[in-house]
Amino acid sequence: MATEVTAHAPVRPRRPIVSYVMPVTAAVLLVLLVTWLAINFEKSPSYFFTIFFIGLTVGAVYALVALGYTLVYGILELINFAHGDVFMLGGLFSATMIVSVFGLSTGASTGALIGAIFGSLAVAMVACGVLNVAVERVAYRPLRNAPRLAPLITAIGMSFILENVAIIWKGPGYTAVPDVLPRGHVFSFSGVTYTWEKLIVVLITVPVLVALLWLVQRTKQGKAMRATAQDRDAAAMMGINVNRTISFTFLIAGALAGAAGLVYALYFGQIRYDTGFRLGLIAFTSAVLGGIGNLPGAVLGALCIGFIQAFNEGLSWHSPGSDWTESIVFSILILILVFRPEGLLGERTPEGG
Amino acid sequence: MTRFRLRAAISEVWWKALGRAGLTRERWERLPLTARRAVVVTTWVGIGLVLTAAFGVWQWSALAVAAVVLFLLVPPWDRLGVGRVRVGRFFAPAAVLALAIAYPYYAGGANLAGMPQLPIFGPLPQMSTMVVMMIFVMMALGLNFVVGYAGLLDLGYVAFYAMGAYMAGWFASSQFSNQNVNLGAVGILPGTTGFHFSIWLVLLMAGIATALIGVIIGLPTLRLRGDYLAIVTLGFGEIMPQIAQNGNDLFGTGFNLTNGTGGITPIDGPGFGHWIHDHIGLPLNYLNVQDTPSVPGGFDTVFFWTALALVLITVFCSARLRDSRLGRAWIAIREDEVAAAAMGVPLMRTKTWSYATGAFFGGVAGAFYASYRSGTFPDDFFFNISVFILSMVILGGMGSIWGVIVGACFLAYLDREGLSNVGAWINDKVLPCNGGTPPAGKVIGHGCIDVPGIEFGIFGAIIVIVMLFRPEGLIPSRRRAQELHEGVHDEPLYDVSH
Repeated sequence: MATEVTAHAPVRPRRPIVSYVMPVTAAVLLVLLVTWLAINFEKSPSYFFTIFFIGLTVGAVYALVALGYTLVYGILELINFAHGDVFMLGGLFSATMIVSVFGLSTGASTGALIGAIFGSLAVAMVACGVLNVAVERVAYRPLRNAPRLAPLITAIGMSFILENVAIIWKGPGYTAVPDVLPRGHVFSFSGVTYTWEKLIVVLITVPVLVALLWLVQRTKQGKAMRATAQDRDAAAMMGINVNRTISFTFLIAGALAGAAGLVYALYFGQIRYDTGFRLGLIAFTSAVLGGIGNLPGAVLGALCIGFIQAFNEGLSWHSPGSDWTESIVFSILILILVFRPEGLLGERTPEGG
Repeated sequence: MTRFRLRAAISEVWWKALGRAGLTRERWERLPLTARRAVVVTTWVGIGLVLTAAFGVWQWSALAVAAVVLFLLVPPWDRLGVGRVRVGRFFAPAAVLALAIAYPYYAGGANLAGMPQLPIFGPLPQMSTMVVMMIFVMMALGLNFVVGYAGLLDLGYVAFYAMGAYMAGWFASSQFSNQNVNLGAVGILPGTTGFHFSIWLVLLMAGIATALIGVIIGLPTLRLRGDYLAIVTLGFGEIMPQIAQNGNDLFGTGFNLTNGTGGITPIDGPGFGHWIHDHIGLPLNYLNVQDTPSVPGGFDTVFFWTALALVLITVFCSARLRDSRLGRAWIAIREDEVAAAAMGVPLMRTKTWSYATGAFFGGVAGAFYASYRSGTFPDDFFFNISVFILSMVILGGMGSIWGVIVGACFLAYLDREGLSNVGAWINDKVLPCNGGTPPAGKVIGHGCIDVPGIEFGIFGAIIVIVMLFRPEGLIPSRRRAQELHEGVHDEPLYDVSH
C-alpha cells in the first residue's frame, strides 16, 4: 500500500542537478578566492597593496588591448587574432622611436621624456592603426560573405605573418628598451609605495580610454559604428558607408594597440615577436570576461585579469606562481565561455549558446 | 572574385596563342580523352625534365621516373573493369601505396644518391623525414574529422598529440620508478623500473585515453558556436603544455608526472618479440634493425612502414566513417546546423563523436612519434603545432582525404627538409651570400636569409593565400568546394542547442 501512495503523490518538478553545478562552483571558488586574498592581506598589508598597484598597471595595459578585440568583435563578430601582433609591432615601433629617433636613455630629463613619449605615442598609434586597416583590407574584407570560420582562419594566418615580420625586422630575440621612466615614489605610506612609472602608465592609459568612450558614444562616427555593429544591412540602408565604418573601427583598434605597445615597451622594458600572441590571448580573455562587445566590460575584465595575474605571481602565501598564470587565465576563459558566455557585463548573445 | 577573372584571362591568352599555331580550342576538345591526357602529361613531364636539367640536378634515373609517371597517368586506368566490377577506382590508391611501400628500395638509405633531385627543393626526402611525414599525415587526417567533416575549428589539436605522447611516456619508459611492470615490451633489461607496456598496446591505450580527453573537453564546450569553440580549444591547447612543463612537482606535492621541461626520455621502441620474429619474420626490436639491402635505411625504414600501416588504417576509417551514417551527420552539421537539427541529427552527440575520433588518431600519432623520437618534451606542444596541422588540412582541402594527405606530406617535408634546402638554394643562387650566415640574432642580413627561421610566417602566408584564393584547398572535396563557393549560410537564425 505504502508504495502505491508514494507512486501517486504529486511530483514537484525538479530542477536538474546540473543547473546547480555552476552557481555552487562559482560560490565555492569565490569564497576560496576571497579567503586566500584575505589571508595574504593579513600577512602583510603593505606588500598586498604594492601587488595591487602592479595589478592595476598591468590591467591598464590589458584594457587597451582588450578594447581593440571588443571593438572589432562588436562590429564584425570576428576574433581578430592578429590584434595581439599589431600590439607587439606597436611596441617595436615605440622601442625603435625611443632608442633610435629620440635617443633616450636612462635618466633623461623630464622635458625630453615627455616629448619622446608623446612623439612615440603618436607614431605608434598611427602606424598600428594603418597596419590594422591594412590587415582588414587584405585578409578579412574579401571574406565578408564567406562562412564564418574563413576570416578566423585568415586571422590566424595574419597573426603568424606579422610575428614573422617582427622576426625579420628585429630578430627572434628580445628588443630591449632602456629604463627611461622615473622610478621615484609618488607616495610612500607605511610601507605601501606607488612609483612614478606605474602612475605614468595610468596617465597615458586613462585619457586614451576616455577619448575612445567619447568617440564611440558622442560622435557621429561612433553612432555609425554602433549602428553597423547592430545591423550591417540596416545601417547600409540608412546611408552609412559600412566598409568605411569597419575600416575606421580597425583604425581605432589599431591605434589603441599602438598605445598599448608603447606603454608595454616603457613599463616592461623588453618585447619580442611572440609577446603579442601571449598578451593578446590574455587581453582577449579580459574582453570575454567583461562581456565581449561591451567597452566598459573590457576595461573591467582587463583590470580583473590584471589583478588575478599580479596576485597569482606576487603573493607569497599559497599562490600557484607565474608558472601557472596562463593556465589560470585560460581556465577562466574556458569557464566563462562555457558557463556565462555573456561575461560580467554583456548581454546574452546567441553565439554563446 | 579576382581569381575567376585572372584564370579566365590566362586561359584566353593561352588559347589565342595556340589558335595562331593551328590548334583551336574546338579542335582540341574533339580529340579523345586519352590522347589529350597523354599530351598534357607528356608536356608537364617534359617541362619537369627540362627544369631538372636546367637547375643542374640531372641524373639519368630522372628518365625512369618520367617513364613511371607516364605509365601511371596516361592510360585511363580508372575505367579498368574486371567483369562488372570497376576495379579501376582502386588503381590510383594502389599505385600510390605501392610507390610508398617501395620508397626505401629506390630512395632509402644509400639508394637516395642515385635518385634525381628536384629543382630548388633538392634531394628527395630522407627516410627519417618520411616517417615524420606519415605521422603528420595521420594527425592531419585526425584533425580533418573535426575541421573537415564536422566543420568545427579546433585550434588546440596539439593537446591530443601531447596527450598521446605522454601516454607513451608514462607507459613505455622508466618514468614511474617505483613501478616494475613489463607487459610485452621489447629490449627491456630485467630489473628495469617503470611501466613498460608493448608499444602496440600503448598506441591503443593512447588513442583511447586521448579520445576520452576529447570527450571531456568536448562535452561542455561543443555547445559553443564556431569561433567561441575555436578559442576554447585554443585555451586547452595552451593549458596542456603548461601542465607538461610544470608537472614535475604537481601542485607542490612532489609527484613527478611529466618530468618538467626535461621531458620523458628514453621511451621504448616498438617490436614484435621473439615468437613473431622467429615464426613470421617481423622485426624483434625496431631499434636494432640494421641498414641492409633488404631493409635499406635500417630502423627508420621499419618505422616508416609501420607508420604507413597506421596511415592506411586512418585512411580506411576516414573514408568509411565519412560515408557512414555518422559521417553524413557530420557533413550535415557542417553545411547547416539548423537544418541538421531539424532533421533529427543529435548535434551534441555527433559533434562529440567527431571530436573523439579526431582525438583518437591524434593520440595514436602522438604516441607513435614519441616512440620514434624516444622522448617527449613539453616544448614540442605549443600553439604553433596546432596551426601547423591546421594549415596542412587547409592547404590540402578541408574534408578531402587525398588533399589532406598531400598537404600534410608537403608541409611536414617543408618543415623537416624542404625549407632549409630552399633556403640554401636561395642563398647560393639568388642572394649574394657566399656561404655566410645572417648575423647572430637576425634572420636576414649579410646578403643571406635564414628561411627556416621564418617558417611559421610562410605557413601563415599559405593559410591566408589559400583561404583567399582557393578556400577549397589544392585537392578539394567536391562537396566542400560547392559549399565554399555558393556560400552555405552557417549563421543560425536562432540558437538550436537549447
